[in-house]
Amino acid sequence: MFIIWKEKEEGEIRLFNEKLQFWGYRRPDGRVGVRNHVLILPTITCATQTAQRVTELVSGTVTFIHQHGCAQVGTDFDQTARTYVGMGMNPNVYGVIVLGLGCETHQAIQIGDEIAKCGKPVETVSIQDNGGTLQTIAEVAKIAVRMVQDASMVQRELCDFSELIIGTECGGSDACSGLSANPAVGSTSDMIVEQGGTAILAETTELIGAEHLLANRAANDSVAKKAYAVIKMMENRSIQMGVDIRTGNPSPGNIEGGLSSLEEKSLGAATKSGTTRLEEVIDYAERPTKKGLVWMDTPGHDIEQLTGMVAGGAQIVLFTSGRGTPTGSPIAPVIKISTNTPMYERMQENMDLDAGTIVDGKETVSQVGGRIMEEIKAVADGKLTKAEILKQHDFGIWRIGPTF
Amino acid sequence: MSEYKTLFLNEKDSVAVALSDIPAEVEVVVKADSKEFRVKILEPILFGHKFAIRAISQGEDILKYGEVIGAAVVPIDVGEHVHVHNLEGKRGRGDKVV
Repeated sequence: MFIIWKEKEEGEIRLFNEKLQFWGYRRPDGRVGVRNHVLILPTITCATQTAQRVTELVSGTVTFIHQHGCAQVGTDFDQTARTYVGMGMNPNVYGVIVLGLGCETHQAIQIGDEIAKCGKPVETVSIQDNGGTLQTIAEVAKIAVRMVQDASMVQRELCDFSELIIGTECGGSDACSGLSANPAVGSTSDMIVEQGGTAILAETTELIGAEHLLANRAANDSVAKKAYAVIKMMENRSIQMGVDIRTGNPSPGNIEGGLSSLEEKSLGAATKSGTTRLEEVIDYAERPTKKGLVWMDTPGHDIEQLTGMVAGGAQIVLFTSGRGTPTGSPIAPVIKISTNTPMYERMQENMDLDAGTIVDGKETVSQVGGRIMEEIKAVADGKLTKAEILKQHDFGIWRIGPTF
Repeated sequence: MSEYKTLFLNEKDSVAVALSDIPAEVEVVVKADSKEFRVKILEPILFGHKFAIRAISQGEDILKYGEVIGAAVVPIDVGEHVHVHNLEGKRGRGDKVV
């Protein structure tokens, strides 16, 4: 066992007393991946089926299905473009074949040029230029064969945990979420920060009511102001739809479950962020510029927040669930943690770790946090998560404007 | 000694959480990483609900996760149920928005 627990004078169990390392793939821009995928990146919904065919032909390639890339404008256009580029630049990706139809607003060539700035192999292919689906499949597959073989020549090297960006999220929550798995992820988040790495807190919607507490932990005034601003914007979006999302929170079901105030409910989600200083608040799919704890402004939608964090450079994501979920990403391993043991036992093919031991009084929050840390190390070294094995390649972009 | 499980999330907290339904009049153990103490439960506490682990005066902040989750509307005794009848959130009261 590589972990040594360190007991402070007051007996509090705290973190690791050694520098943790993992075997990763160093990329030309210096960042480190824990996977070595060749990504077929369709910038337009019209190209997703063709991309899918190629992944069926060429082992070592991944892609994702989506419905975007055309008839988008303004900040909504920018956010979708940033998400595509971030997926391609994620260090878990060795190289990218950007696939366009030809006439789309999110031009494959522009996305490809952006990704190529990080120095990894990038090729761009257009269906219209290749005379249709079948020629394009052949063209992309031929490029992919070369790229996959080149990728297989890259050797893993020993890297520090400070290179890791770990995303955190919860979905399908239950009465145990704020008591077991979320606090355990918070303790892991503290350990990642202690190691010099980055932990992402997301799902702005679920932090409404706890924003002042997060703002109190902000590194400076501008970070605190942005914490309030992203909450306000999220509230305003719902008010523009004619709904106040705070109405009815805590819900009658929450109150029956023992939650007494909105602060308490939101803290159950915010506890995934641990106790460290909030270094910055970043936009959706943006790459953190600081190490430590970072808040990414995302909605509570499981797949959209997962995609935002992975596009922001997260190599691994921690996902807590009470009801259970199959969620995974095409390029980042998602470690799924159950809040209760009965669900873990029912859905073993989907869940990676069980934090229900806290509810049963068998383990403490920090013991489970340590176990999650060990799993991060194993997964970073190459252990496959359940979602990877089941080819759960979920992808969804947070759209912030209508389609025209 | 009862075997009812409880969860004490942060040493600053004024409440702990019941991990099973706890009847009135039993004494439970509340454990943190470094300390352990006993609380006599005054009224039935359902799974997931909170009880006070020390006396809380009227108007005083109530802490869970080491953070303020609201304030006491009335004085609360050790072992008393802490919920919407004696705790009021301090902001973002969605249920009070007209």
